[in-house]
Amino acid sequence: VRPSLQDLRQQASIAAKVFVQRDYTTGTICQFQTKFPSELETRIDKQQFEETIRTLNNLYAEAEKLGGRSYLEGCLACVTAYTIFLCMETHYEKVLKKIAKYIQEQNDKIYAPRGLLLTDPIERGLRVVEITIFEDQSNGRIEGR
Amino acid sequence: MSARRDPAGGGGTMKNCEYRQIEPQGLGTPNAAPPPPAGANDADTRAKRRRKWEVFPGKNRFYCDGRIMVARQSGVLPLTLGLIVLTSCLFFVFDCPFLVEHVTSCIPAIGGALFAFVIISLLQTSFRDPGILPRATADEAAYTEKQIDDSASSSYRPPPRTLEVIINQQVVKLKYCFTCKMFRPPRTSHCSLCDNCVERFDHHCPWVGNCVGKRNYRFFYAFIVSLSFLTAFIFGCVTTHLTLRSQGGKGLITAVQESPLIVCFFSVWSILGLSGFHTYLVASNLTTNEDIKGSWSGNSGVQNTVNPYSYNNIFANCCAVLCAPLPPSLIDRRGFLPTQESPPAAQPQVELPVFVGKSDLTVV
Repeated sequence: VRPSLQDLRQQASIAAKVFVQRDYTTGTICQFQTKFPSELETRIDKQQFEETIRTLNNLYAEAEKLGGRSYLEGCLACVTAYTIFLCMETHYEKVLKKIAKYIQEQNDKIYAPRGLLLTDPIERGLRVVEITIFEDQSNGRIEGR
Repeated sequence: MSARRDPAGGGGTMKNCEYRQIEPQGLGTPNAAPPPPAGANDADTRAKRRRKWEVFPGKNRFYCDGRIMVARQSGVLPLTLGLIVLTSCLFFVFDCPFLVEHVTSCIPAIGGALFAFVIISLLQTSFRDPGILPRATADEAAYTEKQIDDSASSSYRPPPRTLEVIINQQVVKLKYCFTCKMFRPPRTSHCSLCDNCVERFDHHCPWVGNCVGKRNYRFFYAFIVSLSFLTAFIFGCVTTHLTLRSQGGKGLITAVQESPLIVCFFSVWSILGLSGFHTYLVASNLTTNEDIKGSWSGNSGVQNTVNPYSYNNIFANCCAVLCAPLPPSLIDRRGFLPTQESPPAAQPQVELPVFVGKSDLTVV
């Protein structure tokens, strides 16, 4: 039973994967390109996609923001010889949790109903936003791409 | 979830109930504990579950179940630690009693604080992930290759394995890393000793036994600065001690007592020099790698190259380099591998319950 289950999963599940690359025009901070990939044209609205990416970009910018709060954290950490990180979560980690929640929420509400799946960029080394496109399984037929 | 008709409907109407059965929650975050495996083989799968550090492709060694990591050749780190600890111990044992009596009792306190700070910074530098980028998954590598092939056929001018990006009006060339199968982000370099791409790669430090990169540069800087203070402090104290002491004597004891002086005399200049150099790098937001290669000083022959990452303000640069939020480790060394035998990237990660009865296939 197992081999055919695998085959069926492979045949029926993933049609393609799209990788949204990083946007380096403002430097090394984590931002993703908002260019709409052509493979998603039939699946989702351009505005919806751009909205998702833009929100992600804002969240990452918040994580890496240099401001009073991050300086305070840096100085406190230096004074305690960085041992404070053993018991405290860094600001970046807190925002990453927010991002994970946002992606899950987007998947539930918008992407899964359209047969798409966003992968959290942290699982890909913050290099790409991987979008998995699933096969259309209407009428029990496997539609190739 | 409510079933909705997709208005865009490219290839006919989609039965959304099919897609509702995809469980995105199953993927979760990398740090979440994996869900308990369904089905009969509970004990087996849990016993065989391995962590990602065990299959890490770079040349690193891991201790404490993945919490601590060092480069494979960490040979000189024990020497560094040994020298620091030995010199400081000799100082505390031979010089402190005399100086407490004749000068002030703050001396051991200051020495102790400096020593503790040096050791903690050194260990933080050595044992932390310097900012290693995980290698590209098979799908991602294939996608990148396709992009390269597509662009190569259309235009011949840029060499196929570099990508040009514009950062703050400066053209930066991104190179393709053949080992990690991806275009290296700006300021990333591949360390041949560790066989990893490291973000904001500064250099590989044999004394510390690790690469110095984005995530541990501030600890490295704290280490060399505090070490310069410590060596200067010990040097000063031992000199004071020997000057104030009335008796001379050329025995073995005297030689041992004078050894911190000698160690410190030779090391203080190099460490002070290194601290000065890195202070300059921090103030201009440069890495050792960029400075050595002369990436932004116009050596490459191109006019008007400026460092696109600098804020052109010494204070802003220092804050950005030393006090920026600490990025997380991207390699997730304590995460669990999926239970399938094949590499995690190539297999679909999602379980479709419509096909699965009692299955031991799990989702990580």
